[in-house]
Amino acid sequence: MTTQDQAVQSYAPGEHPDLPAPMLTSGPLFWIKENLFSSWLNVVLTVLTMLLLWAVIPPLLSWAFVDSVFTAADRNECRELGSGACWAFISERFTFFIYAFYPAGERWRVNLAFILMILALVPLLYDKTPYRKYGLIYACFFPVLAYWLLLGGFGLKEVETHTFGGVMLNLVIGVTGIACSLPIGILLALGRQSNMPVVRMLCVVFIEFFRGVPLITILFVASTMLSYFLPPGSEFDLLLRVLIMVTLFSAAYMAEVVRGGLQAIPKGQYEASDSMGLKYWQSMRLIVLPQALKISIPGIVNTFIGLFKDTTLVLIIGLLDLLGLGRSALADSKWNGLSTEIYMSVAIFFFICCFGMSRYSLYLERKLETGHAR
Amino acid sequence: MSTIDMAGGSPERNPIARLWYDKETRSVILQILTIILLLTFFGYIIANAIENLRLLGKTFSFTFLFEPASYDINQHLIDYSSTSTHLRAGIVGILNTLLVAVCGIILATILGFIMGVLRLSPNWLVNRLIYCIIEFVRNVPVLLHILLVHGIIVHTLPQPRGLPDWANWGDTFFLTNRGLFMPSPEFGGAFWLVWIAFFAAIGFSIWFKKYAKKIQDDTGRILPVFWTSVGAIIGLPLVAYFITGMPLSWEIPTLGKFNLKGGMTIRPEFMALWLALSIYTACFIAEIVRAGILSVSKGQWEASQALGASRGLTLKNVIIPQALRVIVPPLTSQYLNITKNSSLAIAIGYMDIVATIGGISLMQTGKEMETMIIVLLFYLTVSLLISAFMNWYNKRIKLVER
Repeated sequence: MTTQDQAVQSYAPGEHPDLPAPMLTSGPLFWIKENLFSSWLNVVLTVLTMLLLWAVIPPLLSWAFVDSVFTAADRNECRELGSGACWAFISERFTFFIYAFYPAGERWRVNLAFILMILALVPLLYDKTPYRKYGLIYACFFPVLAYWLLLGGFGLKEVETHTFGGVMLNLVIGVTGIACSLPIGILLALGRQSNMPVVRMLCVVFIEFFRGVPLITILFVASTMLSYFLPPGSEFDLLLRVLIMVTLFSAAYMAEVVRGGLQAIPKGQYEASDSMGLKYWQSMRLIVLPQALKISIPGIVNTFIGLFKDTTLVLIIGLLDLLGLGRSALADSKWNGLSTEIYMSVAIFFFICCFGMSRYSLYLERKLETGHAR
Repeated sequence: MSTIDMAGGSPERNPIARLWYDKETRSVILQILTIILLLTFFGYIIANAIENLRLLGKTFSFTFLFEPASYDINQHLIDYSSTSTHLRAGIVGILNTLLVAVCGIILATILGFIMGVLRLSPNWLVNRLIYCIIEFVRNVPVLLHILLVHGIIVHTLPQPRGLPDWANWGDTFFLTNRGLFMPSPEFGGAFWLVWIAFFAAIGFSIWFKKYAKKIQDDTGRILPVFWTSVGAIIGLPLVAYFITGMPLSWEIPTLGKFNLKGGMTIRPEFMALWLALSIYTACFIAEIVRAGILSVSKGQWEASQALGASRGLTLKNVIIPQALRVIVPPLTSQYLNITKNSSLAIAIGYMDIVATIGGISLMQTGKEMETMIIVLLFYLTVSLLISAFMNWYNKRIKLVER
């Protein structure tokens, strides 16, 4: 009777406080049961993965951090100090990997160009930047500025392009390629959709040619064969040739990505803009391309990522980018047998750049999502 | 009067402007201009090329292909020596390219499908692990993968001299930094009969599949097509093998003092290129497979179950055909990418077409144009063939709308 009384008296109808859910239907235990041990197959998979991780992660951590050596004079000293990775080599060569053979007294120009590039990228990439309009105007002038800073002239000491190398060379090729390949790619895609047969054929042949051959062969063409097609006696900078070829190569891929976007635009949009009396370029600029480019963002960024990764291929024709410098550093007799350390560092650099780009593309997609996707 | 003239007048007065304002004529004019520009451009560069060749005293001809190449190729599928011609060197290179491409495609597909399915696993630990692996591998240049794997093979695997026990598998397989040594098959006289039995079994399986379909259409009875075919394809060659008196022997490599002798070798360059390309591409394939499986809506599973189909039958007849429609086109372009990326072989000294014709032959003969044209044509042909196949396949599996 007393218990009944208490129960009745303690809570008015409907005011009984919520009891916590049973242990196994919510909370961490539930999560573990549901996500790791939901069936026998899952139990096996979980145990196997745990074993794998246990076998790989601790040795890897001890190799990379615990037993590794960060400062040493050469490989032998490294071996004496620790059994793990020998990062001392990387730290010794760090500035060399970034600037390569760029004259030491002029390296502030590279730094300045890099800072200016970041300043140009912020208004381009982030639409809530204060004074974005001026930022965009500045971004248009940045290439000229960067060209002047890196190569010199007009009061600065001139620097030849064969001194370019390392991270700097990857960035130069990557940024130039990215900036130039998008507009060319869009033009090619529009040309491929054009109703003028000659223009269409021209674009198709161009696109299919560049997509059909590997970048390596195109770079070989640039380094060996291209000079034949120029007027006799004319000299043409190797870096410039590479830049042109890399740009054209990724423009062809870009064109296909943009074409996919163009084809996804319903025909009604073209007809509507025609009936508004817009001319071809107006209707493309105002109606079709904004929608087409929006859907092709993932593909466009993937092409950018591919282009940036492909900048490493220049090492095969003798330009020393970051990977090329790393590979040639292996020949240093003071530090032999360190290929894993070097390649891992280079891999981490590329991973950070490319993963950042793919994250940004996800952000952009979410921002431009207008909610009426079909 | 004058106002009317003003309104439509100015273009009409000038016949050239009138042509320009007509849409059809304008497009014709633009196209003619394009052709003229194009012809001028090509005329200009060809004239330059002729002039340059004349100044250098070179000719444009492919006769160098029939001169001795006088360089060695360490991996050749057909007979090759340094006295063979450049043409033969090129064929060796093409075969090496195709070999690594085909092996890469097979391994990448298997790895990619496994990773794609595991990526969808309800097991949190497994799908996170696969996600991390995929993201890391995809965001690092393939050339770096190739150099890394090559570096690991060459620098960390043991030398043949004093080979440790873990690298010596039952005295038949040896894993060294000079490659994987393994027994090579030696076919006896009557072995061709086994091949004939093998192809006959394949022919029988194709016929049996059609026959089973006919029986099923007529009577509804389902014949065990899969197991019959497997039995025929494995059984018939085995029977032929035993009837002909087992005409197959193995040459096992032997461990010498400094190196291994005999048997077959998978060279480190091939291994590095093959593994690196496969792992890199497998990560792209995994994402494609994942997208393909996710694209089949849940209702398809439920509908098939409602019809009383078992899980296996649902997968085989409902889910996989629909997923394949999404998977195949990007998958083919990944296959194309493997073939093209195999040209990176030159970075580690694997002798593919770019390294033989486009590399050493080019350096030796100084025929930049001819050699590069051969290489470009080879890749273009392969690409066009694979795209043609892809278009054919796409058409075959396209949704038939009624």
